[in-house]
Amino acid sequence: MAVQDLLRQRFFPHMWCPGCGHGTVLNSLLRAVLELGLSKNEIVMTSGIGCSARISGYVDFHSLHTLHGRALAFATGVKLSKPELTLLVPMGDGDALAIGGNHFIHAARRNIDITAIVMNNRIYGMTGGQFSPLSGIGVKATTAPYSTIDNNFDVVELATAAGATFVARSTTYHARECTELIKKAILHKGFSVVEILSQCPTHFGRKNREGDAGQMLENYKKITAKRGSKALEENPGLIGRGIFVEKEKPEYCQEYEKTIALAMKGAGR
Amino acid sequence: MNNVKFVQGNEACVEGALYAGVDFYAGYPITPSTEIAEHLSARLPARGGKFIQMEDEIASMCAIIGASLTGHKVMTATSGPGFSLKQEAIGYACMAEIPCVIVNVQRGGPSTGNPTHVGQGDINQARWGTHGDHAIIALTASNHQDVFSMTVEAFNLAETYRTPVILLLDEAVGHMREKLVIPEAGELETVDRLRTSVPKGVDYRPYLPREDGRLPMSDFGAEHRYNVTGLYHDMWGFPSASPRVVNELLRHLIDKIDNNSNAIIRYKEKFLEDADYVLISYGSSARSAIHLAKNRREKGEKIGVLELQTIWPFPAEIVREKCAGAR
Ligand SMILES: Cc1ncc(C[n+]2csc(CCOP(=O)(O)OP(=O)(O)O)c2C)c(N)n1
Ligand code: SF4
Repeated sequence: MAVQDLLRQRFFPHMWCPGCGHGTVLNSLLRAVLELGLSKNEIVMTSGIGCSARISGYVDFHSLHTLHGRALAFATGVKLSKPELTLLVPMGDGDALAIGGNHFIHAARRNIDITAIVMNNRIYGMTGGQFSPLSGIGVKATTAPYSTIDNNFDVVELATAAGATFVARSTTYHARECTELIKKAILHKGFSVVEILSQCPTHFGRKNREGDAGQMLENYKKITAKRGSKALEENPGLIGRGIFVEKEKPEYCQEYEKTIALAMKGAGR
Repeated sequence: MNNVKFVQGNEACVEGALYAGVDFYAGYPITPSTEIAEHLSARLPARGGKFIQMEDEIASMCAIIGASLTGHKVMTATSGPGFSLKQEAIGYACMAEIPCVIVNVQRGGPSTGNPTHVGQGDINQARWGTHGDHAIIALTASNHQDVFSMTVEAFNLAETYRTPVILLLDEAVGHMREKLVIPEAGELETVDRLRTSVPKGVDYRPYLPREDGRLPMSDFGAEHRYNVTGLYHDMWGFPSASPRVVNELLRHLIDKIDNNSNAIIRYKEKFLEDADYVLISYGSSARSAIHLAKNRREKGEKIGVLELQTIWPFPAEIVREKCAGAR
């Protein structure tokens, strides 16, 4: 099988702008699926609403394109009702952590076996460039003409505190690294979060004078460093890349099987 | 005789759901519906089914839609504030044609209102609570035997027409205790959804209706992989804004309910043969209406009762016909 076999080519061309990072995330994700040798029938991709969320239409898996912010809630229903399925949930930063923030922390708390991918462009792409809870302070957006005063979430810290048992971060500049992280996230039994910094040249880049897609990618190289690297140690201002959390903890659907066993013995009566 | 029970209406609803074959429930506690969740949290896993308490009503509605797509019979239950929260996802289930049952045990509103008291103010929210043009099925019941059978009907209609079905109970019916006789298996009809017969390797078009308007489904995880979306979509489930596609889909969503209203509409009548006055009612107030009609008849007043068990689609023809002889 080749990457093309994982795509619904009938539905191309895609809707992303030239230079959008979301296509690179799709590429890394499909390579992860390919390298793990997963069967297309065992994968369900659930997404919300946003440029990022359109990713689910292009993949030849079972795909569920839902409501803004709710992808993880739908995915929870799919997974618990049929735990043998592999759930992939790509989300935009607004999708995952503004309107969907509650579902995000609760999916993490349950440690349900779902792979969440946060495609973080620090902006609302689809609606034309409003700031998001990941924009951070001092960002220009169509709803922050004087620049933002809102603090941002740190996806890694939030996911960790909420109970995710696999947490990683990379960028679209590091596409190969993304594939490796996504592979590990899929194989991990429990709630996995991979944050991928993904450029939106059309809105974030233009408003914040970050240049074209190429320059934004170069910037990801400059502002990040691998966990454990000398560069990161010497420059704590850099953003860490790599795996932050990887731990064993009871997984929700497996625990529910125990509840079923108890109930069948009549323990609740 | 353990098929005879003395239970709350909410428990009669649970029994009906189990009889119909519910095997997935997601919900968030809210008075006066909570007993439905409590009972199912014990009963579902005992039969190998799944119960999950979600973080809110929005998530509950989304989770049951996800579980329906893997081929399960699904339900959630709530009341006023929670019903408001579910509306966006109910519209999604209309658009993506996902079978599911939503029980709303009504309380007084608006807002937090009167949580422990009866209300019947959600009729229009059941019809138009979610945005945009759409059709919906909403059922009611006034006594526990009917709560049971209308719950079974709710599942049957949801699976037949691939649509959310709203069961509008109310606090009085939900909390009152009354006798319930659980029918033998097979006594009431239970309907399973149509599943596609398109073989592996042949192009399955999940959103191409058959001539009768029905859409055979394929479970997530089975051979056919397709796209489900809340956007207007073509027969493969792929988003489209083409005026032809939008028009055809919207027509289909409305026609599949409207054209079958005769098969969907249920009602009960009492003393209508010679009635000069007809009381039209449903749910707990239908009980009062029947009581009143009986009392007044003793005094010679010819009052009858028409109890609507299907509220949406509205049984306009029936109302017209049954009231034709009235003053
Ligand atoms: C309930 C609801 N509120 C608002 C919107 C409008 N909306 C659509 S996408 C979006 C934000 C998209 O940003 P993000 O999730 O970061 O993804 P991106 O487009 O940047 O990939 C918003 C606010 C909506 N579709 N639904
Ligand atoms: S608006 Fe931004 S996020 Fe959306 S497709 Fe264009 S570049 Fe990508």
